[in-house]
Amino acid sequence: MAEVSRLEVEIVEKQFPTPPGGRRTVLRDVSFQMRAGELVVVLGPSGCGKTTLLNIVAGLDRDFTGSVRLAGKPPDAARIGYVFQSPRLLPWRTVLENVALALPSGTDPAVVLGLIAQVGLGEFADVYPARLSLGMARRVSLARAFAVEPELLLMDEPFVSIDEPTAVRLRQQLLALWHGRPTAVLLVTHNTREAAELADRILILSSSPGRLIAEVAVPLARERRADPVEIDRICHDIDARAAAS
Amino acid sequence: MTASSSEPATARAQASAATSAIALRATSFMILLAVWEIASRTAGSRMLPSVETVATALIAAALTGDLFHHLGITLARSAAAFAMAMTAGTALGLAMGRWRSLNLIFDGWVVLLLNLPALVIAVLAYVWFGLTEAAAIGAVALNKLPLVAITLREGARSLDRDYAELATLYRFGRWKRFRHVIAPQLAPFFMVAARSGLSLIWKIVLVVELLGRSDGIGFKLQLYFQLFDVPDILAYALAFAGVVQLIEWAILQPIERRAGSWRR
Repeated sequence: MAEVSRLEVEIVEKQFPTPPGGRRTVLRDVSFQMRAGELVVVLGPSGCGKTTLLNIVAGLDRDFTGSVRLAGKPPDAARIGYVFQSPRLLPWRTVLENVALALPSGTDPAVVLGLIAQVGLGEFADVYPARLSLGMARRVSLARAFAVEPELLLMDEPFVSIDEPTAVRLRQQLLALWHGRPTAVLLVTHNTREAAELADRILILSSSPGRLIAEVAVPLARERRADPVEIDRICHDIDARAAAS
Repeated sequence: MTASSSEPATARAQASAATSAIALRATSFMILLAVWEIASRTAGSRMLPSVETVATALIAAALTGDLFHHLGITLARSAAAFAMAMTAGTALGLAMGRWRSLNLIFDGWVVLLLNLPALVIAVLAYVWFGLTEAAAIGAVALNKLPLVAITLREGARSLDRDYAELATLYRFGRWKRFRHVIAPQLAPFFMVAARSGLSLIWKIVLVVELLGRSDGIGFKLQLYFQLFDVPDILAYALAFAGVVQLIEWAILQPIERRAGSWRR
């Protein structure tokens, strides 16, 4: 595994302007690092600035105090895959075109088709996104994010508002893709159980303004993650750490 | 798969839907002719000539080549004015939607132009620039321009930031971003502007021709008005309306269907 993609995030403060000329702080003192191939989950209550954090890491939001470096480079010089909370597929382009557009033009369509097949949507390559369910659209978004061979993959609540069996399948597909193409994954969620099942390490954010209040390593082998007892134990541990700080 | 059995059925259903659409349009046309004929018989043929009289006038005008000559000239003027108004209006509208300061500068002008009667613009253009072709086409384009500008300004304002972020993240170049992200979002606004533009322009072209040109449908209408020749007035007007209808069916509607094929 290539050890180049080391992510260093140091956010001193992030504010948003509020209508009558004021400013509201959404994030304060959020600093962490990630190794290549590591899956880190940011866990925090709704509205604590998780999406803002991802947008900053992605280089989409530059209006903050602090710095983000991926393998020493600014994020817009790095290859980043981002599965947004709404899938953000271009509705006027087919599934195939949506994935292919993330790549330089002239990329072999067979590669793109392979990825689409891997998320189980091979038959839907020529379909417009309006015909897809939310779960399917998320899978296309996931295929698109992996298509760019990202040094860092960002995921914003990827399993929210889809039914449990669909979420389970999407989780399995994420892990399968991730094992085939190891990359650093930064995933945000408000679901403790989801965090326990997926993470190598969990960063816990406080409610607004989001501050980093605890860090929990999950030293549980991947094959034991299906065990509900182990997961319960970790969830309990996370809750205790969050409550203590 | 069910696809193999349902595809021919879908094709058949589409074909029969198309046939019934044509039947309905034909019926609607026949009803119009019937109403016209009845009105003609009640009102008297001098005020409203019968369908047959107008058809005869139309054929006579077509056979001398007169109809096609004037029709062609009016179409060419409409096309030139349409192209100018769409190009300049789109550029202005997008710029106004994109930059707030430009919007503040031009907003007042656009509203003024929007509310200035077509007749005023046409008369002033002729007074200032003489009874020339350029003045005629320019006056028509200027009438249409503000509508295009405000429509495309709405388009520029409604561009989705989510898609812009997507394009930035996956490093779309300028052309890729325009073709796949921006143009599809602007297309409906552009089509609305083109649609309303076409019908507005040909109405104004006739006014401009009537005022200061010695050819075109507007010129002919003025001539026949002076002679009180109602059959020829109707023949020329309907011939042009027919051409515009043809443009709508053969060009605008297919483009719109194609552009919207991704909608469910």
